[in-house]
Amino acid sequence: MIKAILVFNNHGKPRLIRFYQYFPEDMQQQIIRETFHLVSKRDDNVCNFLEGGSLIGGSDYKLIYRHYATLYFVFCVDSSESELGILDLIQVFVETLDKCFENVCELDLIFHMDKVHYILQEVVMGGMVLETNMNEIVGQVENQSRLEKSEGGLSGAPARAVSAVKNMNLPEIPRNINIGDINIKVPNLSPFV
Amino acid sequence: MAPSSVKLQELIRLIRTAKTQAEERAIIQKECADIRSSFREEDPSFRCRNVAKLLYMHMLGYPAHFGQMECLKLIASPRFSDKRVGYLGAMLLLDERQDASLLITNSIKNDMNHNSQYVQGLALCTLGCMGSSEMCRDLATEVERLLKTSNSYIKKKAALSAVHVVRKVPELIELYIPAAESLLGGKNHGVLHSAVVLITEMCVRNPEATCKFKKVVPELVQIMKNLIMSGYSPEHNVGGISDPFLQVQMLCLMRILGQNDDEVSEAMNDILAQVATNTDTSKNAGNAILYETVLTIMDIRSESGLRVLAVNILGRFLLNSDKNIRYIAMTSLLKMVQTDHNAVQRHRGTIVDCLKDTDASVKRRALDLTFALINGHNIRSMIKELLQFLDHCPAELRSDCASGIFLAAEKYAPSKRWHIDTILRVLTTAGSYVRDETVPNLIQLITNTSELYAYTVHKLYQAVLADISQQPLVQVAAWCIGEYGEFLLSGTCEEEKTVKVTEDDMLDVLEMILQSHMSSPATRGYALTSLMKLSTRISDNVDRIRKIVSIYGSCIDVELQQRAIEYNTLFKKYDHMRVAVLERMPVIEKNSQVCSDKSTKVLNDENKPFSLSKPNQTEVKIQNAANQQTVDLLDLIGISDPSSTPVVQNNQEKMVGGELLDLLGGINFGAIPSITAYNKNGLTVEFFFEKVGNNELSIQLKAKNATAKDMKEFILQAAVPKNIQIHLQAPSGSVLPALCSGCVSQTILISNPNKVSLKMRLRLSYSIEGSTVQDICEVNNFPPQTWQ
Repeated sequence: MIKAILVFNNHGKPRLIRFYQYFPEDMQQQIIRETFHLVSKRDDNVCNFLEGGSLIGGSDYKLIYRHYATLYFVFCVDSSESELGILDLIQVFVETLDKCFENVCELDLIFHMDKVHYILQEVVMGGMVLETNMNEIVGQVENQSRLEKSEGGLSGAPARAVSAVKNMNLPEIPRNINIGDINIKVPNLSPFV
Repeated sequence: MAPSSVKLQELIRLIRTAKTQAEERAIIQKECADIRSSFREEDPSFRCRNVAKLLYMHMLGYPAHFGQMECLKLIASPRFSDKRVGYLGAMLLLDERQDASLLITNSIKNDMNHNSQYVQGLALCTLGCMGSSEMCRDLATEVERLLKTSNSYIKKKAALSAVHVVRKVPELIELYIPAAESLLGGKNHGVLHSAVVLITEMCVRNPEATCKFKKVVPELVQIMKNLIMSGYSPEHNVGGISDPFLQVQMLCLMRILGQNDDEVSEAMNDILAQVATNTDTSKNAGNAILYETVLTIMDIRSESGLRVLAVNILGRFLLNSDKNIRYIAMTSLLKMVQTDHNAVQRHRGTIVDCLKDTDASVKRRALDLTFALINGHNIRSMIKELLQFLDHCPAELRSDCASGIFLAAEKYAPSKRWHIDTILRVLTTAGSYVRDETVPNLIQLITNTSELYAYTVHKLYQAVLADISQQPLVQVAAWCIGEYGEFLLSGTCEEEKTVKVTEDDMLDVLEMILQSHMSSPATRGYALTSLMKLSTRISDNVDRIRKIVSIYGSCIDVELQQRAIEYNTLFKKYDHMRVAVLERMPVIEKNSQVCSDKSTKVLNDENKPFSLSKPNQTEVKIQNAANQQTVDLLDLIGISDPSSTPVVQNNQEKMVGGELLDLLGGINFGAIPSITAYNKNGLTVEFFFEKVGNNELSIQLKAKNATAKDMKEFILQAAVPKNIQIHLQAPSGSVLPALCSGCVSQTILISNPNKVSLKMRLRLSYSIEGSTVQDICEVNNFPPQTWQ
């Protein structure tokens, strides 16, 4: 089982925090700080596995992390998970983020924290791995975004405007106006009605 | 109406402009106030955005609990975007400890029946993350129903929710078994994966479920076959392998199902062999599968060929250039070392090489594994490697390494000299990292090796001259110099070049330890006591010692001051007893960590300045450093303040040099008449009695040989009736010289709380003139005072 997923940058600022086990808020922040402290000390050419810090459960739990440019992705897992499998899972998650955000960078994670959560929800649920097929995940996420957009809220204002016009009952417009010798052809406005 | 609220992105941008923590806090507080007033207005239009902002601030570490009820309102709203944020908020802010979480149960139930699969998915996700046991019980049947739908998106989410339900309420396992089985028939990999996870969870929680699921093993094997044979499939491809996640998960399940079951293991043999040989190991995914296969092979009842294959795969992993692979190979070897010890031994060389790896995690694993592999044959070479490792190992591993070396040396030391050498080496290299109990252990080891006193004390002396910062080393060295100082003076030592050490040198060293700012109070105590001991062993510089000791009589440290004053008194008023009090310590018995009246074994030590005919019983307190000892002796003689010694001593002290027994109050020596317990064939055994306290009796037996020939290998054994406890101490020897020219004495301690009449059966055996004599006799003539 995955106990926690932490994403923070090279200075320890949290970018995505998800705990699958209850910790009070101040403990959560302490764990973030402790994990950052443990992980940032590591060289880039050492292995990606660490014993968990004392706050998160000590040697029963492992920290499996990957460092991408300015971000650390840390998964805290217990002994039932395969370590190498989790490494691959982190890779899948990051590639999924890449597909959803188009060349994802740290700013994307900062400004769209809620979207990142939604993507993560499609990959890991309740501490267990839910889906690992990238296309599937991306597909589902896009469907849900579309659903959200179509619903409205302030971002749906343009769509509402169009549907409002569509529902307007315009009176019948004569096609031809005959005034004596003048023949005015009225253009066909049906696509707009 | 509140001013139009800030968009989430705006807020984030604003927070990022803050240059200091205080600025950030100010921004967030203002925003929280706005959000709070907006919540109070009950305005639904901005609620979703406000909660999203709240979640962001929560991630940064600011309190967000006032948003909990708003999450509930969002969940109840009909809009998808509201529900999305609401459920996310519920998962991040709520947990089962809060009462608010129960309120969403109804919403979750309704949403599980929603017509949009995404809403259903949200509800399942939330239940699976933070559902309490009540919620799980309420919604269990709903989840089960959703397990059977045809929509694979819902199915896989329902399966993982079921995992959570089963964790919270294990009794519901029965409910999900049929549904779980049918899930395995699907084609969708996501569903298969979740199904396998669910089945694994159920088997782990409930062994009965394991039995029920054994019948799906053929199905699992088939799925695995399809995966391996399927060739390239772009959908699930990771690193060239089709769906390694599913493969790994199924191998894990097979491991659980095949444990302790020959039949099931039999069915898996083929597929495991296939996976083990055919998997491509160039990428991480392939190695993950191989690793899982190895674990499975080792855990089930696989045939021996397969096991050998598994260990060889691990051996190959150890040589892999990827550190991660080496790390996990060692983790699993560590698990296997108990069961397949010989197989792991074959890779010992590689493992020891990994000690030199640059990676700290790999080093730690290698260290654990190395200790597990030490046995009597390879102890020398392994310890050599470990000592080299200790020289430049990272600080966090030092104390583990040091204690590991001590343990291994204790178990498998090929010779005492090697043992002492090893411990000395560890103390000089990593002295400050060793644990506290190593000092008494080492002292005990040294006293047990009487033949190496000279060697040991010379080495310690040299070590201390070089470096007095490592407290354990200094403590041991100080103690040894005090005890065996005369060996230093005589300069005898076989290989080390004979260094002439003068009395002044020794005193200089001890004084240096006393005065050094690096010495801890305990070390100073050791040094002071050693100085006192030297006062009896050396001849010239006693005045110097006296001076040092009196200086410390006004030391600020209370412990040192007390000692100094007591020693001073020893010099002044009780000088005639000084030698007796400070004579050589008896050999300390192994495992006698706690002082107790009867636990001391004493050997006649020929090196003692006064030869003994009676064994010497001395209180040995190893826990609080051996140097407390002299303080306690003094207490018995009634010199120092009785309240200062922590332990009340009840046993008797017999001082060499005679009849100081009258100083020991409460012991009536001549009161009980002695008896002759055995008298036959020239062998006489006499019992002398002393009562110790109310229920304890100390019998001093003396065996004499009146025949013309020596009796060798004399052994006496005794047995007493049931309610009495007997403790035989070591005899003074085993040879009875002829014609009563000497005797063997032995102490027997009897504990008789029920005051049962004392009887004893003796079994004697000895050899005389080459033939062995054995005899059994009963002793019934104990005087009544011995047991009344």
